[in-house]
Amino acid sequence: MKTDHKFLEVKNLKTQFNTPEGTVYAVNGVTFNLSEGETLAVVGESGCGKSVTMMSIMRLIQIPPGKIVGGEVIYRDNDLLQLSEEAMEQIRGREIAMIFQDPMTSLNPVLTVGRQLTETLRTHTPMTPEQCRERAQNLLELVGIPDAKKRLDNYPHQFSGGMRQRVMIAMSLACTPSLLIADEPTTALDVTIQAQIIELVKELKKSVGMAMIWITHDLGVVAGLADRVLVMYAGYVVEEALVDELYENTLHPYTLALLQALPRADRRRDQSLKSIKGSPPNLLVEPRGCPFAPRCEFVQEKCITENPALLDIETNHKVACWVDVKTGALR
Amino acid sequence: MSTPVQASNQPATMIAEIEAPPLSLGDLTWRRFKRHKMAIAGLVVLILLVIYSFGGAFFVTEKYANFTNTKERLQPPSAAHPFGTDTIGRDLLARTIYGGQISIIIGITAAFVEVMVGILIGALAGYFGGKVDAILMRFTEAMLNLPQLLLLIVMAKFFSSDIKNIDIFGREFSGSVVVIIFIIGLTSWPYLARIVRAEFLSIKEREFILAARATGTPTWEIIFKHILPNSIAPIVVSATLGVAGAISLEAYVSFLGLGVRAPTATWGNMLENAYRYIESAYWMWLFPGLFIVLIVLSINFLGDGLRDALDPRSRTV
Repeated sequence: MKTDHKFLEVKNLKTQFNTPEGTVYAVNGVTFNLSEGETLAVVGESGCGKSVTMMSIMRLIQIPPGKIVGGEVIYRDNDLLQLSEEAMEQIRGREIAMIFQDPMTSLNPVLTVGRQLTETLRTHTPMTPEQCRERAQNLLELVGIPDAKKRLDNYPHQFSGGMRQRVMIAMSLACTPSLLIADEPTTALDVTIQAQIIELVKELKKSVGMAMIWITHDLGVVAGLADRVLVMYAGYVVEEALVDELYENTLHPYTLALLQALPRADRRRDQSLKSIKGSPPNLLVEPRGCPFAPRCEFVQEKCITENPALLDIETNHKVACWVDVKTGALR
Repeated sequence: MSTPVQASNQPATMIAEIEAPPLSLGDLTWRRFKRHKMAIAGLVVLILLVIYSFGGAFFVTEKYANFTNTKERLQPPSAAHPFGTDTIGRDLLARTIYGGQISIIIGITAAFVEVMVGILIGALAGYFGGKVDAILMRFTEAMLNLPQLLLLIVMAKFFSSDIKNIDIFGREFSGSVVVIIFIIGLTSWPYLARIVRAEFLSIKEREFILAARATGTPTWEIIFKHILPNSIAPIVVSATLGVAGAISLEAYVSFLGLGVRAPTATWGNMLENAYRYIESAYWMWLFPGLFIVLIVLSINFLGDGLRDALDPRSRTV
């Protein structure tokens, strides 16, 4: 893995939504880097801003009600947030591709799969319709759909959920992007299909050599897939570490709680799963203090009043917490 | 117990069945449409009327349809004039043929104008939302608040004061035909625009639109290639009903003497000539009136059938 951080740099990204109830502080200054070919997993519970962060990077946030209020997204020396919509259309699909959570609704029901596959190619490449079709067929074969040539003329409803997610993956790979953002691509699938899709993506990633951001709330998936992990909570990055480091040397109480909530094969059957008490904070209130403080086992007075910054605590390990979880004392 | 011969045959037929080409949306629609008996009847009557109007032109000339012979005025149906003659001795059979052409052409083209304007305004309002939506929809509501017939009559009166005859495909039409087409088209679109807007509002929020945007699809392609085909069912239905509406509106305006001018015949302006002879010359209103009723009814049945057939929620195959 190369260590240049010039590929994708997200700096202090802030996204808010103006709703009738008030401003929703969805993403509150997210900063991270991604190197070429690296796989980054983003974890956190529902509503912690994972998807909104990625949608902001792709500039797919609906404006209004959404608004990217600050920050930079530097992709290969360009700030994506400053680009024109036309220039952004050139990036989407060609440079950065995205796959979504629910394959059942992510394909246009009235267009054949072939048409949807060739569309990206037609938009981004000067290929002839015949070449596009051939490439589309190759792509379907690549993602393991049998009888690809015939399947091109099928409509999405003629595919099963797992097959549709394969089609979505094929679509996202059409222009060999250098970054693939996968927004919980396996959540809507059953466990066996989930495993197949993860295997498929791993293989494809190896052969295409693209970087990947994989959003999930399944820490089990992360272990086998990612190089680095970003833990998000209430629109903040609370911990960032290489994957093994995160599991072995957890530094944030939230990550710790997430890991404890994971079912494990080596735990006794009669032990109940640990859950994190309370619920994620109301994002309508502008955060003061540490957002996790109300649910935190290690909470100190300082946590209520001051929000800790994301700092390098150890090499390749950043954490935003006042408390040292090993001693329970302030750092 | 099956014999070995049968057993070896079976997989072959099964494979053939599996490999049968998938049903396209068109096939599915046709299958559902076929079961709607009134719609089929409507379609048949409509086709017959079209054949009558356009095929009839091979047997009688337009000149004959406009030929006046005052010696034979107000003749009841006979062998020479199966539908009788009118006040200035024109053959009504020939006039219903040519009148039918004009009525059908007006119906289709006016509905086309309606659909184009309706889609454009509805799509822009629904897709872009915000200010664009507010302005376009207030305009649409203003149009809806004006009674269409009143508007139609005022516009017809205003625009058709002095229009020259025009030549289309080597045939001479009263210029009022074009005026009527646009007047009908430009006063009928608001309902369609609202339907299209509503469809766009809901479809643009669907996940596959987000997915399409994520692959860099340009905005106009999202509007016309992704959202529009998904909202085609209600558009087709209201366009079909729009044809029937336009035909009856044309008849209405022409009946009031504000529509298509003589010598060009339409089913509507034939009725205008007839209303003073309702008791004495029944044939003058019976035949054009019958044609108007038949075509409007058949198109409406067709529209109903299409509505059922195109409804994506009806899962029957």
